[in-house]
Amino acid sequence: MEHIRTPKVENVRMFDKLTPRKCMVGTLYLSSTHTIFVENSEARKETWILHSLMSNVERLPTNPSGSPLIIRCKNFHVYRLLIPQEKDCVDVLASLTRLSHPERYGELFCFSFNPNLDKELREKAWAFIDLKAEFIRMGIPRNLWHATAANHEHRLCDTYPSELYVPKSVSPAVIVGSAKFRSRGRLPVLSYYHRDSSASICRSSQPLSGFSARSSDDEQMLQAIMKSNPVSEFMYVVDTRPKLNAMANRAAGKGYENEDHYTNIKLQFIGIENIHVMRNSQQKLIDVGDLVAPTMSDFLWGLENSGWLKHIKAVLDAGVFIAKAVAEDGVSVLVHCSDGWDRTAQACSVASVLLDSYYRTIKGLMVLIEKDWVSFGHKFSHRYAHLDGDPKEVSPVMDQFLECVWQLMQQFPCAFEFNERFLIQLHTNIYSCQYGNFIGNCQKERRDLKLQERTHSLWPHLWENRAEYTNPLYRNDHSQTQGVLKPLTTAYCFKFWKGMYGRAEKSVTSQSPADCLNAVREESQQLEEELSTHQEVPRETDAGQENCRAEGEDFRGEEEDQEVV
Amino acid sequence: MELSEHIKTANVEDVTLRRPFHPALRGTLCVTSHHLLFSDRKDEDSWQLLILLRNIDATEKRAVGSSGTITIKCKDLLVLQLEIPGMEECLNIASSIEALSALESVTEMYPFFYRPSHLTLHGPWGLSSTEKYYKQTERLWDRWRVSTVNSDYSVCPSYPHAVIVPREVDDEKLVQSARFRQGGRFPVLSYCHHRNGMVIMRSSQPLTGANRKRCKEDELLLQAVIDGSLLGYIIDLRSTQQAQQARMTGGGFESKSCYSHWKRIHRHHERGKVLQESLIKLVEACSDPSHSVDRWLSKLENSKWLSHVHSALSTAGLVVECVERDGHSVLVHGSEGTDSTLLVSSLAQLILDPASRTLTGFLGLLERDWIQAGHPFQQRCAHSAYSHARLKQECPSFLLLLDCVWQVWRQFPLALEFSEALLLRLAQEVYASNYGTFLCNNEQERCAAGVKENTHCLFQSLLSPDIEEQYLNPLYEPTDLAIWPSVHPQSLQLWTGLFLRWTEYAQNMEEAREEVWSIVKEHRERAGPDRTNNTPSTHCDTLTPFENLMDELTIL
Repeated sequence: MEHIRTPKVENVRMFDKLTPRKCMVGTLYLSSTHTIFVENSEARKETWILHSLMSNVERLPTNPSGSPLIIRCKNFHVYRLLIPQEKDCVDVLASLTRLSHPERYGELFCFSFNPNLDKELREKAWAFIDLKAEFIRMGIPRNLWHATAANHEHRLCDTYPSELYVPKSVSPAVIVGSAKFRSRGRLPVLSYYHRDSSASICRSSQPLSGFSARSSDDEQMLQAIMKSNPVSEFMYVVDTRPKLNAMANRAAGKGYENEDHYTNIKLQFIGIENIHVMRNSQQKLIDVGDLVAPTMSDFLWGLENSGWLKHIKAVLDAGVFIAKAVAEDGVSVLVHCSDGWDRTAQACSVASVLLDSYYRTIKGLMVLIEKDWVSFGHKFSHRYAHLDGDPKEVSPVMDQFLECVWQLMQQFPCAFEFNERFLIQLHTNIYSCQYGNFIGNCQKERRDLKLQERTHSLWPHLWENRAEYTNPLYRNDHSQTQGVLKPLTTAYCFKFWKGMYGRAEKSVTSQSPADCLNAVREESQQLEEELSTHQEVPRETDAGQENCRAEGEDFRGEEEDQEVV
Repeated sequence: MELSEHIKTANVEDVTLRRPFHPALRGTLCVTSHHLLFSDRKDEDSWQLLILLRNIDATEKRAVGSSGTITIKCKDLLVLQLEIPGMEECLNIASSIEALSALESVTEMYPFFYRPSHLTLHGPWGLSSTEKYYKQTERLWDRWRVSTVNSDYSVCPSYPHAVIVPREVDDEKLVQSARFRQGGRFPVLSYCHHRNGMVIMRSSQPLTGANRKRCKEDELLLQAVIDGSLLGYIIDLRSTQQAQQARMTGGGFESKSCYSHWKRIHRHHERGKVLQESLIKLVEACSDPSHSVDRWLSKLENSKWLSHVHSALSTAGLVVECVERDGHSVLVHGSEGTDSTLLVSSLAQLILDPASRTLTGFLGLLERDWIQAGHPFQQRCAHSAYSHARLKQECPSFLLLLDCVWQVWRQFPLALEFSEALLLRLAQEVYASNYGTFLCNNEQERCAAGVKENTHCLFQSLLSPDIEEQYLNPLYEPTDLAIWPSVHPQSLQLWTGLFLRWTEYAQNMEEAREEVWSIVKEHRERAGPDRTNNTPSTHCDTLTPFENLMDELTIL
């Protein structure tokens, strides 16, 4: 509370981006977790903005009508306010700047969020996703793979989960030796086992190979992984980095596997750019969505210039390559990048979505995120700026995974049990810190924070509301639902995700066949509401009609009457 | 010359056919006066492909040893390859295709020979007309009349025999006004808004010329349109500069001093060659799947097709704003008044008028505002995106309309009674058809050629009960409101259903559409027989569970 300089400001105006002439007058309240705008209208409509979702608050120069304040959120919502007194605006800005940049975990909203669950229910909620059960579901053959306790108490690798699945044939010494030869000890372990072909997807970080170093333990480890797939004579090592980046890493004593040292591996580079490139690309994309009255050319040029869809394609290409190797060629794959927690997580999870229809269900996607991202040490708190920290650590890695899934939904409208809204909801929750699931950077950190005792789990909450997130076209016996998805990755298949990046616009109008079907329900409900307002209002006033446009466009522009002389 | 004289080789055996996403087939190829027929000649389960020669936009020949390959590029964007053993046969077939796909004489075209057993030539032709529209629209009866001043097409060769004009303007004045407008296209009524009686008029540009000629009758005609109200809008579909320049060639615009109650707004629209080239570029970009994302986006941008969609919808939105919100009448024109004028005025109607959003209503709108209004279909659709022929009068105005309608449909998945399948069918029929609907350039030509007497009507056939269903939108829920589409660039999309029609991409969408139908049908059955016929319901009815589901489904 000590950060709130002024808890309440009256006569604040809130603007709509597209109809700047229209605005709502109301009162702005600052709490320790939320900023709340309450309209003066009879409906007393409330807009709640979570402080932990704010990415940036900006004050524009004061003009005669007041001081404008722009709040940009991590889920790409933008709020435009006009505060009558400059002093109030400065105070609000200072408060929000501090409140939206928590410095300690304890300040995060999840530690004060209390949905009134008793202890027992809370524990049950945390047990909702069971990764042990997931590895059983995959149908791992017990004679070939097993769980090892080598990372008990995280003593082998502090960013890995304590329970790891490795080939049964490797000895503890090989495990330790392999871990020593991998960046940050992230040794090759099982991520997904494909029952139909008995090929597997394993993941790791880059080897500490430099220009000439080798480790017989690591070589044995890969050999064992290859051998746990009885039908195949070689395995792929997919380095998801551009080859140049991988080579540059050799100078730092890292790099990639030397094909001469490892028997029967084929190295494949995919070329997904690093987190810094992705961060800049997304910023450009957001700017495109922010353009005021762009022409079609401005928009398409901006989209191209951002490079965003090119990067999405690279991630999807990686997934397609791995899925094809595993399902069609029956070849196991080891995936890594540098540290094995960003691009590796993306590639493995996209491949899993393509390979296994379970991950295309609501529960399945939760399990997948819990497995490939949360448990394997994707650095959520760094990447999504949960705490005030190094801006260079921030990058939209998860955004890209969710978008890959969305792009797939566009191509396969009947293959996914969930809808677009589910993905957007996940995205918001990854950033918002309302639940404990995505706090911290690895399992060990989460355990030390005692998150399971101090915060709540998101998954059961989403599960209870699954009706809202269900795609009505999904049928588990539909041909699109079955088997492996083989998406086209032709350039023209990639679309701008309007539901995500066009959110500055008023309504989420549906984009394409596979879009969330609820958007349509929303739209028609909106139409309905407008129809009823319309009927209450006499025809001469156009209040009802005005809202019926999909998004308030001003068709007339400014040059109303240019008389030609 | 008889058509059959173009055919030197009528039959070739052992031809291999390659088409996208199907294994190659061997069979027999036949050329007839109007068709290319491929048959795999299996005794059972034989498969045949019949292509109207008119549908073929371009052919490319290539010799491989003693055999030849013909690549056939169709106006509906399908690309096929035929491998023909024997060079001579190959050349003969190719030359037959070239000659027979480009017939000039209307009465030689296939619609004059198409005689399916289930249709008869006698009986009414078409769905709508000026007179019918007038009769249906009670609001018009008081102040407007149907004039037959053009009954012999002498006042305006491209107008229909009957037009709707203000009652107080007599035929003599119309003749004078026609003389003052390019091609004689004087201002006529296109639409009367059911809510406030405001109208959308269309015409061609006035022939003011360099020395600013005036025409009293034309001024009186427009004055009579707004009748007492203080203001009307003229939406000129050219930039101010273009309108200015048009004076040098005898055209011009309505000046403020002569038309004091009319406010003129200029909106630049591309026309003719520029649009055709835009289509060619877009189709070219879509047919190369090897492009990188950057290259694709750059080619998409460079084609400018979506920019044209954007301008058409924006200007239509502007017209709607004038009519619905400001409550003023509008006159739309560009130069000739046969392309963008029709595009904008018909889109505005779709946005404004619930009646034009039904299947019958939409086809009626096309009939009145495009076919009878004298859009020169034969000239505009002589070639599509693949042709190497030098461009003459080709222009995809109608395709652009269909694309815009698709954008509206995608943004308002419940508001239109028809489906994407209808738009795709129309996109195909407009270039090559069994029916006479899109033949010729105007009513006068159609009369002279005897189109009504000797061909069948496409629109009537689309409405026949056995095929109508595939063109219906399963999620249709009529709304009385205007449906304003968003024209923000991020809300407009490439029409994949048309431009990527022959790719795998389209196949999954088709499955999804089927899924929507099956869900809807299942629920209709459950809901009982009284709901099977898509009874019009309003949004105010208490929502039944069935309707709730309808709301859930999207725009497939």
